[in-house]
Amino acid sequence: MPVKTIIQTVRDTLHEEMARDETIMILGEDVGLAGGVFGATKGLQAEFGEMRVMDTPLAESVIIGAAIGAALNGLKPIPEIQFADFILPAFDQVVSEAARMRYRSNGTWNVPMVMRVPWGGGIHGALYHSQSVEAFFAHVPGLKVVVPSDPYDTAGLLRSAIDDPDPVMFMEHKKTYRLVKGEVPDGDRYTVPIGKAEVKREGTDVSVFAYGLMLYNSLQAADALAAQGVSAEVVDLRSLQPLDRDTILESVRKTGKALIVYEDNLTGGFGAEIAATIAQEAFDSLDAPVRRLAGPDVPAMPYAHTLEDQFLPDIEKIATEIRLLAEY
Amino acid sequence: MATTDQDLTTATSMEDRHTPLGLSEEDLKRMYYTMVLARSLDERMWILNRQGKVAFVISGQGQEGAQVGSAYALRPDKDFFLPYYRDLTVALTAGMTARDLMLALFAKAEDPASGGRQMPGHYGHRAHNVVSGSSPIATQIPHAVGIAMAAQIKGEDTVAAVYFGEAATSKGDFHEGLNFAGVLKAPVVFICENNRYAISVPEKKQMSVQNVADRALGYGFPGVITDGNDVLDVYKAAKTAVDRARAGEGPTLIECKTYRIVPHSSDDDESRYRQKVEVEEWKQKGPIERMRQYLRGQGILTEDLEKNIQARVMEEVNDATEYADKAPYPEPDTLTKHVFAERS
Repeated sequence: MPVKTIIQTVRDTLHEEMARDETIMILGEDVGLAGGVFGATKGLQAEFGEMRVMDTPLAESVIIGAAIGAALNGLKPIPEIQFADFILPAFDQVVSEAARMRYRSNGTWNVPMVMRVPWGGGIHGALYHSQSVEAFFAHVPGLKVVVPSDPYDTAGLLRSAIDDPDPVMFMEHKKTYRLVKGEVPDGDRYTVPIGKAEVKREGTDVSVFAYGLMLYNSLQAADALAAQGVSAEVVDLRSLQPLDRDTILESVRKTGKALIVYEDNLTGGFGAEIAATIAQEAFDSLDAPVRRLAGPDVPAMPYAHTLEDQFLPDIEKIATEIRLLAEY
Repeated sequence: MATTDQDLTTATSMEDRHTPLGLSEEDLKRMYYTMVLARSLDERMWILNRQGKVAFVISGQGQEGAQVGSAYALRPDKDFFLPYYRDLTVALTAGMTARDLMLALFAKAEDPASGGRQMPGHYGHRAHNVVSGSSPIATQIPHAVGIAMAAQIKGEDTVAAVYFGEAATSKGDFHEGLNFAGVLKAPVVFICENNRYAISVPEKKQMSVQNVADRALGYGFPGVITDGNDVLDVYKAAKTAVDRARAGEGPTLIECKTYRIVPHSSDDDESRYRQKVEVEEWKQKGPIERMRQYLRGQGILTEDLEKNIQARVMEEVNDATEYADKAPYPEPDTLTKHVFAERS
């Protein structure tokens, strides 16, 4: 089975899907001739033409807004927002329009669209190329938010997002693009269902919930702790909306302890929703307070590596938190 | 195309202006009927509001000419209509019925736009390609561009017509949408109903250009000024724009100079921002009055026909009101339906 990076997997999956389904089109900034700033659409315009892999003006609201229109007229658009940080001008289009179209039309209009949104820090991207925007969007009913963390899930979830009749925000963590490699079966159009978490590593002492780069870091931390006799279970959420509450609760009921790791700043971040779910549904199973490890409440991630490192929960910080809980 | 603001009341000569545009007497009668129906429905909606029967009305009285004149140039059920919340006459021209609109007013389950979920005036009808709209202004403009772009990709000859007031032209979505449409040469027609006020804020405080149409210069396609209260002038511009779009020649921005003769909504007090005399003046040169004059001058509208139209309209309005009033409300437990597709 071929081993691929996440960015390679995104590119290959887009290629296969466009060859399979001629209603799929891609639009965004630099996605055509340049093949995307990360290379996610490399070579696609040459193969599928300028209209199906379309360079747009640098105008996020019309990238999403025109994609909505294309979806209303029978296409399956895949708009790319170059960096998640730049999606805010399109917030109205995502929240007031795409996510509400089905509901407000009583089920008569729908917007099948996959918004690819590279997000996250650790790449020296500073305040405007590092942000975590998932909490803004996972709050919005009518919109699905998917956060794959390895190549296998990236391909499977991207196909599910493309098959979905509703808008899906497909969030790819930039730092994991080339950092995380894994096996991806060739020639098999397998899917990974949206709304299903997965236990990526089984354990008995503490449950760790994460996604994106933090999932990767959490797995490393769990590996390091295993040698010291601490058994951490690591759950990859994979999808924030809908959220797989069953898998979260099942894990907590087994270990009795929960750590939620996320890169967004702490307050009002998506980890709060998981903490609330556990507190409400699994209170009787808890042997320790639910803990959150997240970015600090500063406006965004700074540029200097000392500040960036200080911002991000790394393997060591995660290991410390797991150990604290295990010893509680 | 050459009409200016000063000429708005001059188009009353008796020459036959419709035949050269390809419009038959039947077309004119249908357009006139649609305007009268829209006006009567709108007036009934206000009465129902003042009677306490419905919570809210937002209307387009005074703008019927701009609406029917432009929408009539499209192919119903084939082209796409993206109306804004004053476009009752667009909705009717596109194929929605008086009952449809009254069902929305009463927020009844059968309302085809939203099943009673949206405020009245938020038109939509899937079968007629009337795209569901929201309340934030100008957001529908990028949708129209995307619809037109999809038609280009699929090789279909569909045209999208998108409607908005002059207030929407201050928004980013207007600029982003028109700019992108110009780049794509997309088959879309942008129809601005310049009714002079953004709720209470007059034109002069919204823009420092004299005409909305002037903005088209920045997007590389024609901007056309029309007398929005002259149905034929609007139709002429719309027909040209639709033909252009369908032929692959790109978008057009049409500005219809008109006037809203009622308050912004049933909750608005217009005495705070404009004089009664100004409103009265515009009522005198309203689109229905103007068309009536033309049709009489052409010998198309006889007194008998006028009476017949009034009677049919009243019957339709009464029927729609009664039907919608009696129709059931949405069941409370449908609140959570249609968030996502129902999975079988």
